[in-house]
Amino acid sequence: MDLVTPNFGLIFWQLVTFLIVMFLLSKFAWKPIMGALRERETSIENALSAAEQAKLEMQGLKAENEKLLAEARMERDRILKEASEAANNLVETAKTKANDEGARMIAQAREAIENEKLAALAEVKNMAAALSVDIAERILRKELSDPKAQQALAEDYIREVTLN
Amino acid sequence: MKKLFILLFSFLTISAQAASSEGEEFKPGDLIMHHIADDYSWHFADGAVLYLPVILIDNGKFVSFSSSNFYNENHELVPYEGYVLNHGHIYRADASGEPSEDKAGLYDFSITKNVASMFVSVALLFLVFFSIASSYKKNAGKAPRGLQSFFEPIVIFVRDEIAKGNIGPKYERYMPYLLTIFFFIWFNNLLGLMPGGANLTGNIAVTLVLATLTLLITVFSGNKNYWGHIFATPGVPKWLAPIMIPVELIGILTKPFSLMVRLFANITAGHIIILSLFSLIFIFKSVAVAPISVAFAIFMFFLELLVALLQAYIFTLLSAMYFGGAVEEHDHVDDMGFGEGAH
Repeated sequence: MDLVTPNFGLIFWQLVTFLIVMFLLSKFAWKPIMGALRERETSIENALSAAEQAKLEMQGLKAENEKLLAEARMERDRILKEASEAANNLVETAKTKANDEGARMIAQAREAIENEKLAALAEVKNMAAALSVDIAERILRKELSDPKAQQALAEDYIREVTLN
Repeated sequence: MKKLFILLFSFLTISAQAASSEGEEFKPGDLIMHHIADDYSWHFADGAVLYLPVILIDNGKFVSFSSSNFYNENHELVPYEGYVLNHGHIYRADASGEPSEDKAGLYDFSITKNVASMFVSVALLFLVFFSIASSYKKNAGKAPRGLQSFFEPIVIFVRDEIAKGNIGPKYERYMPYLLTIFFFIWFNNLLGLMPGGANLTGNIAVTLVLATLTLLITVFSGNKNYWGHIFATPGVPKWLAPIMIPVELIGILTKPFSLMVRLFANITAGHIIILSLFSLIFIFKSVAVAPISVAFAIFMFFLELLVALLQAYIFTLLSAMYFGGAVEEHDHVDDMGFGEGAH
C-alpha cells in the first residue's frame, strides 16, 4: 500500500522543481529553440517560394520571349511578303511599260516604213511617169519626124474619133 | 572444457548456498519493494551510500539533519533528536525510542533519494537544453550539429506530431509544458534504469503532480465548447443531465488519473520485473540460473529503454489530446454541412 500512497514531501519537491524547470526551460531553452526552428523553417519556406517565384518568372520571361520571337517571325514574314509583292509589282509594271513602249515603237516603225514605202512608190511612179513621157516624147519625136508618119497618125486619131 | 564449467558452476553454487545460509532468509519481495521505494539515503553499491538531508517541519519548527544520524556504527536504526526512521517513514520517537502514532503537525520535506535523483535529472536537463539553445544561437540559420541534431528531430516531433496534430492552431501556448514533461519523464525514466538510479517516474507522487498539472491546464484552457459538452452535451435530452453531468465531471478526473497510474505502473512494473529476474538467482540459490536471468533481464532492459521513451511519448500525447479537446472549436452535429463559414 505504501507504493500507491503519495508522499507529501515528494509532491512538494516535485511540484516546486517541475515548475521551476518548466519556467527556466521555457525561458532559456524552448523559446530560443522554437524560435530558431521557426525562423529556419520560414527562411527555408521563403527560399522555396522565392525559387518557385523565380521559376514562374522565368517561365513568364520565356513565354514572353517566345511571343516576341513569334511576333518577330511574323513581322519578318510580313516584310518579306510585302517586299516580294513590291518586287513583283515593280517587275510587272516594268514589263507592261516595256511592252507598251515596244508596241509603240513597233507601231511608229511600221508607220515610218509605210510612209517611206508610199514615198518610194510615189517617186517610182513619178519617175516611171517621167520616163514614160520621156520615152514617149522620144518615140514620138522619132516617129513623127517624117510628114507621112504624122499624116498616118493624124488619120488614126481621126478614125478613132469617128468611131467614138 | 565442459567438465570445467560444470565444476565451476557446482563450486559457485555451493559457495552461493553457503553465503546465503549465513545471513537471514532472502525475501525477494522486500528487496524489490526496497529498491522501488523512496529512501532517505542513496545506496549506489554496498559501502557507497550517500546520506541525504532530512528536513522536517514539526508544528512550524524547522528541523534539518543528515539521515546518517538514524544509523549507529553497526548500521542499526536509532532514534535521533526525538525522531525515528521506521519502514521508510520518519515518526516522532516516544520515550522508549519507538515510533509514536501521533503524526499531527509533522511534515516531511526531506531530500529523499527520489528528490536527489530529480535534482540530478534537472541538472542534466538544464545542461543539455541550455547548451542546445546556445548552439541554436551560435549557428543560427545553419544546419544543426552534435547534441542539437540529436534532439532537434525529437523537439520537432513533439511540436508537429504531438502538439500541432492534437491541439490545432493554438498549439504554441502548450509547447513549453509539453516539451518539459516529455523530456522530464524521458530523462527520469532513463535515469531510473541506471544502476543505482531512483525510481522517480515510478513513484505515484511524481506522476500525481504531473497528471494534476495536465488536469489544471486542461480545465483552465477549456473554452465554451468544452464546458458546453460537459454541462449540456449536444444531442442528449435535457432530462438526462442529472446523469450526464456527474459522468462528464468524473470523466475530467479519470483522464489525468489514468495518466498518473499508467506512468507509475509501467515504470514500476519494469523495475519489478528486472529485479524479480535477478532475484531468481537468489531464490534458486544457484549461479546456474544467472545466465538465464541475465539474458531475460537484458531483454527486459532493452524493452524498458523503449518503454521509457514510449511512456514519455504517451503521457505527452495524451496531455496534448486533452488540451486539444479543451480548446477545440467544435462543429456541432446539427450544423454539419452548412456550418462552414458560420464560425
